[in-house]
This record gives sequence, C-alpha cells and structure tokens, in this order.
Amino acid sequence: MIRLNEIRKVFNTGKPNEFVALQGINLTIEAHRAVALTGPSGSGKTTLLSILGCMARPTAGRILLGDREITSLPERFLTEIRRSTFGFIFQQYNLIKGISVLENVMIPAYPTGEKHASLKERATKLLNLFNVGSKADSKPEWLSGGEAQRVAIARALINNPSVIVADEPTAHLDTRLSLELMAILKDLKEEGKTLLIASHDPIVHSSEVVDRVVAMRDGQMQ
Amino acid sequence: MTMSAFEKHRHVIDFTLSSLLRRKGKNFSLLAVYTFVIFLVASVMFLTHSIKEDAYMVLTDAPEITVQKLMAGRHDLIPLSYMEPIREIRGVQSVEPRLWGYYFDGTNKANYTLVVKKEMNNTPGAISVGNGVARNLLVKENGIIPFKAYDGSYLFLKIKDVFSSESELVSSDLILISEQDFRKIFAFPPDVATDLVLRVRNPRELTTIATKINQMFPDTRPILREEILRTYEAVFDWRGGLVIIILWGAALAFVILAWDRATGLSAEEKREIGILKAIGWETSDVLLMKFWEGAVISFSAFSFGLLLAYAHVYFASFILFESTIKGWSIIYPQFRLTPFVSIYQIATLFFLTVVPYTVTTIAPSWRAATIDPDMVMRA
Amino acid sequence: MIFHGPILGLLLGSLLVSFMLVYSAFYAVQILLRWDMRSGSEIQLGLERRTYLISVLITYALGFQLLSLFLFIYTADHLAPLFVGAMCAAGSLNVNPWGYPTIVLKIVNFILGAVWLVINFTDNRAWDYPLIRKKYALLLCIAPLILAETIFQTAYSAGLHPNIITSCCGTLFTADAAGVTSGIIALPPIPLAVTFYTLMGATLICGVYYRRAGKGVTLFSILSSLTFLASGVALISFIPLYFYELPTHHCPFCLLHKEYLYVGYALYLAFLGGVISGLGVGILKPFSGVESLKGVVPGIQRRLALASLVSNGISLLIVVYGVLSSNLILLD
Ligand SMILES: Nc1ncnc2c1ncn2[C@@H]1O[C@H](COP(=O)(O)OP(=O)(O)O)[C@@H](O)[C@H]1O
Ligand SMILES: [Mg+2]
Repeated sequence: MIRLNEIRKVFNTGKPNEFVALQGINLTIEAHRAVALTGPSGSGKTTLLSILGCMARPTAGRILLGDREITSLPERFLTEIRRSTFGFIFQQYNLIKGISVLENVMIPAYPTGEKHASLKERATKLLNLFNVGSKADSKPEWLSGGEAQRVAIARALINNPSVIVADEPTAHLDTRLSLELMAILKDLKEEGKTLLIASHDPIVHSSEVVDRVVAMRDGQMQ
Repeated sequence: MTMSAFEKHRHVIDFTLSSLLRRKGKNFSLLAVYTFVIFLVASVMFLTHSIKEDAYMVLTDAPEITVQKLMAGRHDLIPLSYMEPIREIRGVQSVEPRLWGYYFDGTNKANYTLVVKKEMNNTPGAISVGNGVARNLLVKENGIIPFKAYDGSYLFLKIKDVFSSESELVSSDLILISEQDFRKIFAFPPDVATDLVLRVRNPRELTTIATKINQMFPDTRPILREEILRTYEAVFDWRGGLVIIILWGAALAFVILAWDRATGLSAEEKREIGILKAIGWETSDVLLMKFWEGAVISFSAFSFGLLLAYAHVYFASFILFESTIKGWSIIYPQFRLTPFVSIYQIATLFFLTVVPYTVTTIAPSWRAATIDPDMVMRA
Repeated sequence: MIFHGPILGLLLGSLLVSFMLVYSAFYAVQILLRWDMRSGSEIQLGLERRTYLISVLITYALGFQLLSLFLFIYTADHLAPLFVGAMCAAGSLNVNPWGYPTIVLKIVNFILGAVWLVINFTDNRAWDYPLIRKKYALLLCIAPLILAETIFQTAYSAGLHPNIITSCCGTLFTADAAGVTSGIIALPPIPLAVTFYTLMGATLICGVYYRRAGKGVTLFSILSSLTFLASGVALISFIPLYFYELPTHHCPFCLLHKEYLYVGYALYLAFLGGVISGLGVGILKPFSGVESLKGVVPGIQRRLALASLVSNGISLLIVVYGVLSSNLILLD
C-alpha cells in the first residue's frame, strides 16, 4: 500500500520560472490493484509517478510505503527501495544502446552484487517468458518497437518488484501491440503485482485490467 | 556481504569497460594525449635519474679528496713538492699525483679526456681508448692515432686496446696514455701534476684533513668526493626539474582537455546515466563506475607512457630531447644509459600526472552521477 | 628550494589536496548552516548531493595523503647526499625546522581523514544523517591542518639549500645530541620495549575480549591509541636497532629501504591501520545510542576491531620476527 498525503512539488523554487507541478495530492494505492493516471499533457502525471516510484522527493507532504514513512529518506535509501519495490517501463523504452539485450535486462541488478551466473539465468528466463529469448545477444538498436517494449518489461521485472510503474507505455505502439501489452500487464497483475500506469490512451484506461482511474489537471487530482 | 561487494565491483567494472569501448573515439584521443604527457615527463625523469646514477657509479671509485691548486681563482698545475707535507698529515693514507687533460681533435672536431695511467708507463707509445672514441674515429685495436703536440709536430700512438665500462658516460671519451707521451704532447713541466689525490683511512676525518691542507697551502682547493656527488646531484635534479616545469605547459593543456572531456558529457552519456539511475543504480554506484573508468584510463596511459619512455630513453637514446639535458661532448649521441627505474620514480610520476588528472575528473564525475533519475521520463 | 621532480610532485599533490579540502570546508559551512532533513526544498536536495562529492573528495585526498607520506620520506632520503653529514631521511629532514613537523602533520592528517571516513561511512548507513553536523564540524577542523601541512611542506622545500651542514642520523639519533628525538633514545630501550610489548599485548587481549563479550570498547580504543604512540617511540628507540643490527642506528626511515626488504612499509601501514580502526571503534561508541544507528554501529565496531586486531597482530609479528632473527642482543 502506498499513501500520499498533501504532496506538493515545486520546480525552480524562488526563481522567476518557479513552477508548481503538483499540489494537494492525497492518494492511496492498494496493493495488487491497477491504477491509471490520466490527464492532458503537462498535468503532472509523470511528476507524480516519479514521486510515487521514489525517483524524486516531494517539496512538501508525506509518503508512506506500507507502514514506513519514506518522505525524507536520503537518496541511497530511496534508491534501495526503488530497486527492490518498483519496476519501471518508460515511454521511450530507454534501453542502453551498444550493449546486448541480455545485459540491458541484467543492469538493474548489478548494484545488488548478485552472482553473475544466477543473474544471467534469471534474465534469460525473463526474456524467454516474453518471447524475446532469441534476441538476447542482439543490440537494442535492432529491435522492433514491440520487442523493445517486451525487453523493457523484462528489465523492469529483474529485481522482482511488487509494483510496476509505467509511463505512457503505449505511446509508441500500434493498437495490436498496445493490446498485447495490456495482456502482459494483466498477467502481471494476476501474479500479484501492483500496477501504476500514466497514460492518456483510452486503450489503457478503458482496459478491464485497470481498477481505478485518477484524472489529473494542472497538478491536481480531479 | 564481502562476496556480493566483490560481485558488484565486477559487474560495475564489466559495464565500465564495455562503456569505454563503446565510446572508442572519444576515449582514445584522451588516452593518447594522456599517454603522451606521461611519456614526456617519464622520459625526462628516467634520463636525469640514469645520468645521475651513471655518474655515481663512476664517482664511487673516485678518490676521497682531490687537491687542486688555484691561480687567480683558476685551476692551475700543482707542484709535486706539495705532496710530502700532505702525506705527513695524520690520517692520510696515500697521496698520488694525477696527470690528465683535454685534447681537441681538430679533424674529428671532438674533445677527448687524456688520463695518465701508471700501467701505461711501461709501454710508451701505446694508448688505450674508450669505445666511444674508437667508434668516433673508426679505429680498432692496433690502429694508429696521430696526436698533434704543442709545437705542431705529430706523435703517433698505437691503440693497445679498446675498453668499455659499465657506464658509457665515462668510457666514451676517455684515452689512457703513458706519462712520457702525455708530457710530450702538452710540454707538461716535470715537477708539476694536474692535481693530487688522497686516500684517507677514516671518512670521519675528511673535513679535518681538508681544513689542514687548506691551512698548509692556502693556494689549494681540496675537493671532497661527497662535494662532487652533491654537485652532480644538484645540477641534474635542477635540470630535470626545469624540464618538468616546461613540460607542465603540455600537462596543463592536457588537464584542460581532460576537464573538457569529463565535463562535456554527451547527451547520449547523460541519458545512459539517467537510465542507470532510474532503473536502480544509486549515485554512489555511478561514482564507482566513474572511478573505475578513471582508473582504467589512468592505468593504461600510465603503463603505455612508462613503457614508451623506457624504450625512448634506454633504446632510442632519448632522441627527442637530446640537447636539453646533455649537451656536452659531441661524442655522446651514441651512448646507451644503464636502466634505472625505481618505485620512487614511479610514485613521483604518479603525483605529477595521475593525481592532477584524477582531481580534474572528480567534480565532473559527481555532476554526472547526480543526474536526476526522473530525467529519463521526460523526452 | 630544490627543483626536483619528486618535490614538484609533492608540492602539486599537497596543493590539490588543500584545494579539495578548502572546497569541502566551504560546503561544510553551508551544510552546518542550512541543513534541514525534513525539507524537500531544492537547497536541501542540493546539499545532500554535495555530501556525495565531499565523500569522494575526502576519500581521494586520503589516498593521496598516504602516498605523499611515503613519497615525502623517500624524497628526504634521496636528498640526503646533498647535505653534508646527512646520510638518510633522518638527516635531511633536519636541514630546516619544517621537516619533522611536516611528517607529523602528514601522519595526524591521515589518521583524522580516515576517522572522518569511518564516521561518514557510519552516518551513511542511517536514514536520517544523525552525524551530519558532527562530521562536517570535524571536517572544518581537518581543513586547516591540511593547509598547515601544505605550508610546512612548502617551507621545508623552500628552505632546502644543498650543503647546509646538518647532523646525519649517526649523530642525530645518538644519546648525547640534544633535542626531542634524542630524548626518546636516551630512555633505556629495554623498558621501552617492555612497555611496547605490554601495551600491544593488552590491546590484543582487550580486542579479543571485546569481540567475544562485546564489552570494553573504550578501553580497547584507548589502548590502541597508546599502542600507536608506543609504536612511534619504539620506531625510534629499539625496533630499528634489531633490523639494522647496529646498537646506535635509530633511524626509523631506513626501514623503508630495499636492504630491509621494505619492511618499513608493512610496519608503518600496520601501525596506521591499527590506530585508525582502534580509534574508530571508540569514536563510534557515543553514537550507538542514536536511534537510527542502533542496529548499525555494533557491526561496524566489530569489523573495525577485527581490522585493528589484524593490523596490530601483523605489526607485532614483524617486530618479533625482527628481534628474533637479529644478531643484535641488547644487554642493558
Ligand atoms: N525538472 C523540471 N523543471 C521544471 N519544470 C518541470 C520539470 N519537470 C517537469 N516540469 C513541468 O511540470 C509539469 C508537469 O509535467 P509532467 O509531470 O511531465 O506532466 P505529464 O506527464 O502529465 O505530461 C510540466 O509543465 C513540466 O514542464
Ligand atoms: Mg508524462
């Protein structure tokens, strides 16, 4: 369970271009549920996801993860929580070019110091699970959009997170691939993962997977 | 705990190496300049050190005290009559006159050092030459060298043998000759010598004896071996240091380049670090990666630079800086130095090159490592 | 002033380390003034990021410090032939009044820097930066010492004029010469050796007891520090005698020579390692009561104690080996 209490995020505090990106956000996300954030571009979805996913700290307000208050944890602890609790799927896939697909999937686990052999085995399993096992040695530049998306999902799962955070996951996919993605997300939810998806794509928020839709506008919930 | 820390380092190093290789162009030019700077500084250091060590090797056999006569502040010939009173001084083991001088060979435009050796006195007309001289004159054993005497007449001396010594610095311009021939060539008066050399029983008495000689013969200058060593040491260190300062110009340019390289992260690199951070790497993990990156670059540049400098100084005879440090006799260009490389030199080199490079990269690495992880979520 | 590669290197290194420390000190002041854990403001986030930079700067600075300590001794050693009467580092350090203070400062700064890193490491294990003010206050104390070291070292180098008459180690370290160092020698070596062995033994026993029973932290820390001081004295009074097999050669620096298989490096490092980890154990003790550090401090202390035991064990082995394999026998 994640609870947000009066979250506020301000960029460029005190400067002429000061900007309030989030304001008065109160939100509780139950475990094993799928929540979709919708709203026009610039409404603060990504900012909210990054705070939820322990990537950024709010300017004010409190965050509870389970019973633990994580609001003002130092970065190194936030990172540890992020690594073990959240798996991220990005709009642009964000795979690292020039190294193999397999390595891309393994990278998030490097700081944990897991043995190379066992890590490689898990990564290979995940790639096979998403039908991209044959691409393990290729470079991400050569992948199609759908393949890249599935590699990105495999990477998001390598540390076995309980929450999957996806920012506009369907933005670069056609309808068929978008539906395929929703099917994968459905499976993940059935496995017991919590899903947090920011998207203004109707395929996402009209999907049967999504339990709850949170609409946003100008940094506030509606 | 320790095991996983080890695995973590391994993973990070693996990743660092593959990142370095992915950006070959950028890293290669940095490595090349870095290596070149280390090569320059190392060359100068190896050379000064080796010349100094060579000189040392020669001087360890030198007499403890040399007594010269001074005339109007210049080195003059010393009367043999000075020997007896000096021998009487307590602690003096022996006093020997030495005859030596320089001979300018006009045809070959080279300067030789002529030294009288007692052993040669039995075979007047014969000389023994250093291998540098032999090479320069293209002569071998039993060859004849004409010497132009003081009055313009010629003296033909036969080469008995060609010798070489541990240090080419000495043997290269040396000719050993008999006393008779020496005096003939230079019309050297019979009752004087170039200088006197003393053997002393107890090294602690050196200064006392030197003081006594000076009191006895105020027109002489006793020189202790230690003083010669000191002078060598000071002169060579000074020259080496000066060259290093000049090279710092090059080093500074390099530091600026390193700074530029480290600061000017490409958009691609920034994105990569952002991704790493977003998917679970912490700032200190990225710092660790940057540390290994610096370590790999520094280590490679350091090793290549050292090897190149070693080859340059000891095999290629320091062709790049010939005149800067040496520049005495024209015979030298051929000479080979005895290799002397110590941890001390390597530590010094480290401080002169790797330390500034590393300091230059700290702040940029940190700046890269603290990129916002949520940056990658925005296009 | 001597234009000499190693001296230039040392001066450059010190200058850079000073620069790093001054820079860190500047942000230490900012942190002391503006740190607010509860705030999510950009200033606070910026300061938290600076702490990473400062950790890295101090870590590198410490590494350079250790190297420069040995390079400094080595350089002094190599310069000895330039000075009448100086036969090794002991003599050339005495050429002007800045030599020995520089060495002492280098050692003190290294120990302080390492202790700072221990505190920093501990602080970073807690989620609320409990030691942030203390560690940055300590940093503010270290910075001037580093500056002093740089100034001393520069003064020493500037005051090197070849040919200055100085006492070599032969006369410097004999009992009839005046001065602090000779005062140490004038103490009879046997009681000093006894003191050294006793303190070393007590430290080792206390350390083992602490590892077993978890008690005696303060005593262990104090004993480690005393052992370090005793080791310093022993390095000038009796240890070298055995290695050189000369009853009058007290120079602690010649141990770094190849003739003695570089045993000095191992010995110096072991002594330094022993005091740093031993001090670290004690310095962390007051923090074991801090809520967020309760679960962290004991583990770190135990590891430090182990490091201290290993270091002290190694140095004791080296000394005992030196004494036993020596042909020298001290009688009085
Ligand atoms: N680092 C930043 N500095 C300044 N403004 C920012 C920053 N990040 C986001 N913003 C602004 O915050 C607002 C919300 O952005 P975002 O959360 O990305 O919206 P969405 O994902 O809903 O499109 C936008 O107007 C954006 O310009
Ligand atoms: Mg967005």
